[in-house]
Amino acid sequence: MKTKNKNLFSPSLWSDKDIAIKISKEIKNKAEMFFKKTGKKPSMMEVCGTHTMAIARSGIRQLIGDYVNLISGPGCPVCVTSQGDIDRIIEFSKFNDVIIATFGDMMKVKGSEGYDLNDIRIKGGDVRIVYSPMDCLELARENRGKNIVFVGVGFETTAPTIAAAVKKAYEDKINNFFVAPLFKLVPPALRFLLDSKISKIDGFILPGHVSVIIGSRAYDFLKEEYKIPSVIAGFEPLDILRAADMILSYLIEGKEVFGVEYERAVKSEGNRVALDIMNEVFKVSDAYWRAIGVIKKSGYSFSDKFEKFDAFKKYGISYREKAEPKGCLCGKILLGLSKPSDCPLFGKKCVPEDAIGPCMVSSEGACAAWYKYGVKK
Amino acid sequence: MCLSVPAKIMKLEKDKALVDFGGSQREVSMMLLPEAKIGDYVLVHAGFAIQLLEESDAKKTLDAFKEIYENEK
Repeated sequence: MKTKNKNLFSPSLWSDKDIAIKISKEIKNKAEMFFKKTGKKPSMMEVCGTHTMAIARSGIRQLIGDYVNLISGPGCPVCVTSQGDIDRIIEFSKFNDVIIATFGDMMKVKGSEGYDLNDIRIKGGDVRIVYSPMDCLELARENRGKNIVFVGVGFETTAPTIAAAVKKAYEDKINNFFVAPLFKLVPPALRFLLDSKISKIDGFILPGHVSVIIGSRAYDFLKEEYKIPSVIAGFEPLDILRAADMILSYLIEGKEVFGVEYERAVKSEGNRVALDIMNEVFKVSDAYWRAIGVIKKSGYSFSDKFEKFDAFKKYGISYREKAEPKGCLCGKILLGLSKPSDCPLFGKKCVPEDAIGPCMVSSEGACAAWYKYGVKK
Repeated sequence: MCLSVPAKIMKLEKDKALVDFGGSQREVSMMLLPEAKIGDYVLVHAGFAIQLLEESDAKKTLDAFKEIYENEK
């Protein structure tokens, strides 16, 4: 592998087939050793939806799936948004002075009444897809008589970008921009999975880009309290395979339990500027997770100083618990208890063009990943 | 949704930068990464540069792959 004079971040360098095969062989050897020791296949959860997609796209599941159980976790932000919160978002369309702004992933998640933001737009509602939360400020300037409500869905990677847009709006005195705060935090979700013992996980492939923001030290509790093998991984095929191999080493040798594979991007302290801006604009609060319910201190709401940006408060939209779509296994899939292929609706009544549950809607949902890349088991 | 893409900073002006994603270019906010300089590689997420990418660390990891798995058959 020649690396001189090359862009060292080019995906081709991180997808080298020969090395991928070599790492896979090592994974197979170690997984067999683990099997001899414990009588079971090692199970690893990829917590992040972007990893779920990368694993399906690159064929890693076909490469090592016979030796290692790869389980998708609650790491697709659209998927973990509770049905009650989806309904709250849709409720904004009932106000004539609102323009709903959202990332594209949210457009086709159905509310309890059977329609989504895309349906609302088709019927003439004002729903805009934005690339960046910053685009909302432009929308706000261009539409003075309207209020822009941005759907604030995302983990720690996305939350600082929204916090930055809110801070900018505050400084520029833009008073027609609001955010529906539905942020989720990864470490409390990991704690929930481990404490509840509902999913059988031997190791975590930890989310690379969440970790860019929160830093590797945010997982010290995994090392110190739970002693569960965990590796922060990048998103290219070699990154994911290497992380899986590192986890297996930890399982077999039992010396270390924590590592950072994604060293080129993840620092121990994370992104200090992003963390500071989130601390200023948000405060940690309880959040509703699909299929789980409330996890304490697992989300963000606005700090007192920025409370006027809260779209739910502005429009008096409160939370009500709603039932999951009938027959949908999304909740169990998010907890690693079921695989997409276990769901009787998967690929039949539930397809990306006409999805029943959010795991098939979001481009990072486990069902969407399996469907798109033809994963069978 | 946590998809972030490496890009190279071509121009910098106040808290905005023009970055190149291996051919296509766009403007991104530098509010979350004020220390970055022209020529740096950064990760871009939702229109924001969120982290500097370290070439030395990338090389270290790529070399490690080669070294660790060299003797695999």
